[in-house]
Amino acid sequence: MKYLCLVYSDENELHSMPESPTDAECLDYAVTLQEDGRMIAGEALESVQTATTVRVRNGKTSITDGPFAETKEQLAGFYMVEARDLNDAIQIAAKIPPARVGSIEVRPIRELNPES
Amino acid sequence: MAASAREVVEAVYRSESRRVLATLIRLLGDFDLAEEALHDAFAAALDRWPRDGVPDNPRAWLVSAGRFRAIDGIRRRARFDDKMSQIADHLDSRSDDASSRDGEAVRDDELRLIFTCCHPALSSDARVALTLREVCDLTTEEVARAFLTPPSTVAQRIVRAKRKIRDAGIPYQVPSQADLAERLDSVLSVVYLVFNEGYSASSGESLTRHDLSGEAIRLGRILVQLLPEPEALGLLALMLLHDSRRAARTSPHGDLVVLSEQDRSSWDRDQIAEGSALVERALSSRRFGPYTLQAAITAVHAEAPSIEETDWEQIIGLYDVLARADPSPVIALNRAVAVAMHNGPGAGLALVDEILAQGKLEQYHLAHAARADLCRRLGRTAEARAAYQRALSLTQQEPERRFIERRLQELTA
Repeated sequence: MKYLCLVYSDENELHSMPESPTDAECLDYAVTLQEDGRMIAGEALESVQTATTVRVRNGKTSITDGPFAETKEQLAGFYMVEARDLNDAIQIAAKIPPARVGSIEVRPIRELNPES
Repeated sequence: MAASAREVVEAVYRSESRRVLATLIRLLGDFDLAEEALHDAFAAALDRWPRDGVPDNPRAWLVSAGRFRAIDGIRRRARFDDKMSQIADHLDSRSDDASSRDGEAVRDDELRLIFTCCHPALSSDARVALTLREVCDLTTEEVARAFLTPPSTVAQRIVRAKRKIRDAGIPYQVPSQADLAERLDSVLSVVYLVFNEGYSASSGESLTRHDLSGEAIRLGRILVQLLPEPEALGLLALMLLHDSRRAARTSPHGDLVVLSEQDRSSWDRDQIAEGSALVERALSSRRFGPYTLQAAITAVHAEAPSIEETDWEQIIGLYDVLARADPSPVIALNRAVAVAMHNGPGAGLALVDEILAQGKLEQYHLAHAARADLCRRLGRTAEARAAYQRALSLTQQEPERRFIERRLQELTA
């Protein structure tokens, strides 16, 4: 099964805590997953300050600054992985370095149905 | 003849239906499909056994009948659907012959069912509802009554949990050795939650809720039989030892009777003997944890002829070990009460005040009730009254309210 591991973290703490991960460490883990043939895609994101939200209502496009949700944690990156089942995906997620300061949301990928 | 075959089918249902279900879920890969197949298999047994006689291995017969009917059903529904018939072929190719006869495989299926229902990726409410429904075979209405929840809410929880198991890919397996301790914790906490729900709520529909403790003990026994890990033994012991006092802890009027005032002759000696033996077994493993330690403390109480003749020193020692494993303020509070029994109320009160000063138990009624009791024993009546009143304002349980009110009246008298 394919799973998307979404990395959430308080942006102000992600890089400033004693247990904060380094970029090099994150790259190393991505390479490990790649070598195991389990990495489908993965990227880190720029700060939420750079985000733009796009909506289309009644054919009209509206553009606003940033996301609206006033959550403490922001989306900081993602890993799309191939895993046997949820237990396997949880094991992969638990080793994603920012899991030590933030949290990882593990979501199964839904196959789109061309007939619906 | 027909009547006796029906009785046999009913007896087999009671003893085997959960095992048959557990195997069918593995073979069919889906809870709902397996439940339907289980129903069909027993319907077929009611039809066939009176005519053909009861098979040598009823469980294997039922698994095979249920599996056959489920695959047949998919095929019939799938006549014009290629994808569905592929699913049927795939299920058909998975052989069940060896696996449903072999004791080891059946044991694994039962464990698979328990660990899947208690998977930590499900919410705690969902784990409890699913376990009672699938492992204990309680109806949705029975679960709802026991938890004072509308049946529609329970039904919704179960539907959502099954959907998550399927869509999120929660595997139907016994966790690997590396994950076992953590995952077993999740199972044990579900069992203990069910037990406490039945044990602490002594108001309202007490009969239904007593059944809940019985279900938890039954679950604990199944677990000990399947996976005799020290903490599984410890939890079963803890539940048996608590349950042994059931008759003594409520008065005929439904009032709470505290440990020191309980009629120890009404404690269930068989449950105490069984619980104490389990504690010994768990302790000798040297891999025990908080459940075993709590059970050991309860066992010391169970073996004491009276509150005065209790081995308080041993209880304090056990609390010391427990506090290292689980440094919670509630455990510290219980330890303080034991110290008060051993070294006098003054020593206990000093500890209770220290714990209250840390602030975490400020809203916990039993902390104030303990302080009140110690002040009362020290003759500090005004302080005792204030603490009882604080406890009274914090408790919601009716029998506990009545108990505290009684104590307050005694102070004035």
